[in-house]
Amino acid sequence: MQKTTRRSRLSRQRLTAAWLFLSPMLIVLFVVAAWPLWRTVWFSFTDASLDLMSEARWVGFRNYLEYVDFGDGDGQYYGLLTDARWWRSVWNTVWFAVVSVSFETVFGLIIALVLNQQFFGRSLVRAAVLIPWAIPTIVSAKMWAWMMHDQFGILNDMFLRLGLISERIAWTASPDTAMVAVLIVDIWKTTPFMALLILAGLQMVPGDIYEAAHLDGIPATRIFRKITLPLIMPAVLVAVVFRALDALRIFDIVYVLTPNTDATRTMSVFARENLFDYDKFAYGSAASTLLFLTIALITVTFIMVTRMDLEGKRA
Amino acid sequence: MKRSFLARIGFYVLVAVIIFQAIFPFYYAILTSLESGQALFEVNYLPAALDFSNYRAMLTEGVFDRQILNSVFVASVVVLFSLALAVTAAYALSRINFRLRGLLLLTILSVSMFPQIAVLSGLFEVIRAFGLFNSLWSLVFSYMIFTLPFTVWVLTTFMRNLPVEIEEAAIMDGASALTIVRRVFLPLMWPAMVTTGLLAFIHAWNEFLFALTFLSTDRQRTVPVAIALISGRSEFEIPWGNIMAASVIVTLPLVALVLVFQRKIVSGLTAGAVKG
Repeated sequence: MQKTTRRSRLSRQRLTAAWLFLSPMLIVLFVVAAWPLWRTVWFSFTDASLDLMSEARWVGFRNYLEYVDFGDGDGQYYGLLTDARWWRSVWNTVWFAVVSVSFETVFGLIIALVLNQQFFGRSLVRAAVLIPWAIPTIVSAKMWAWMMHDQFGILNDMFLRLGLISERIAWTASPDTAMVAVLIVDIWKTTPFMALLILAGLQMVPGDIYEAAHLDGIPATRIFRKITLPLIMPAVLVAVVFRALDALRIFDIVYVLTPNTDATRTMSVFARENLFDYDKFAYGSAASTLLFLTIALITVTFIMVTRMDLEGKRA
Repeated sequence: MKRSFLARIGFYVLVAVIIFQAIFPFYYAILTSLESGQALFEVNYLPAALDFSNYRAMLTEGVFDRQILNSVFVASVVVLFSLALAVTAAYALSRINFRLRGLLLLTILSVSMFPQIAVLSGLFEVIRAFGLFNSLWSLVFSYMIFTLPFTVWVLTTFMRNLPVEIEEAAIMDGASALTIVRRVFLPLMWPAMVTTGLLAFIHAWNEFLFALTFLSTDRQRTVPVAIALISGRSEFEIPWGNIMAASVIVTLPLVALVLVFQRKIVSGLTAGAVKG
């Protein structure tokens, strides 16, 4: 009897402590995340402008879609959902995410497989691989912008010497290659992250499986396809989703490397331009809200599909 | 496993390609930063000069030195605040059973996946309301949105794996929760805190979108924005030598940190991403 009351008092104390410990963090998260997100969604239903935020009035779905009747049986739809530049930026974003994450997965897998081997100088190679990841995104963008300079860039010089191209390419300035330029920088910078996550998965594969397979004389490619790949698939998938969510919100590289071109404008760039450069604060908020919904949908699907283990019970 | 001679050659060629692509751009940035004048416009593969005038120009003319201090200040304070808030929160989330715990963890995970742009307009309003616009505190404040969920998440994962026995003894002795965190867990947490702190520092050091939006004068800017905005009088006069010198200055400490803490960083990254 006495024991139970003591225990329940103890657990009550611990419960109080838990909430006391959590509240500062929760308050900060509320002020920097929940409240601003709510305000962004609210602004997207108003006519707010950058200087007259407090006088924002509710306008319904006008920023998203609105039918304006011209009176003579004629009319036209307006709003984000009919904006060709918006849809172009949606397309750019999706295209960028799919292509960059695909390349990063393949390159990351190759690098992870190399790093998983025993060879002379392995730790040195692992250190070298991390360097692109350690370089700030803006610095990477600037470094590559210089390397891709149409006249003095070393990339053109290399490709000319190797005979891969016959004349200098204006990598970042030409609409045909601007997206390629952005992709190169992003793939270069984030492949190390992918490689590390896949390597972590590889190192959890028990070594005796390989020994057994080797003794049975199974060829290496078959071992890879039938044993390694299925075993590391969960790690690869998590890495892919993390990178995809990151890729969908890309801003920095595009903003610095190829400013102001329809060829590379992504959803984040589109939203920020409207918010702060074109004085269409409400319209930009609507774009932000749609981007948030897209990413939220993917996140929720991901958490549900993988039935993520939040309590750590299966660990 | 024995490999054939040819396969081994192929393997080392692959290793060489990997090393080359990883380090060449940074090597070339250093090379460029040491050139000035006409030499800048000739493509060199090996160092042709050792001219530190770009570095001198960046560090003595203008406000770049001040901007470096801004970045150091913001990133350090962000790390201190997030670690302080995260340690106690992680203790509650990993050690105490209560309803809503799963939901809270889910919320924290979702916040770490937020697109920054989704909170930009709302955050802009909050920062103006607090009178923080164009103050470094606006960044300290807004960076919490990505450093806090991350540090809480990783520290929770780490604490969960510590044995229960350590804590039970302390509870038997009647220690309060705060004492347990301070006396029992904190000493064990240092490795994890160094790793998460370092990753949060790097993230804050590199952040661009908020710094671009919430600061409006040169003197207040952090280094990524400063580097992005270095420009010449025209498109044809971009001072590439200066830009590369500035890039090397802000990157070298990071590369050094990453190489020194390599192993810890890798485990921190995987704990943050893989272990759900």
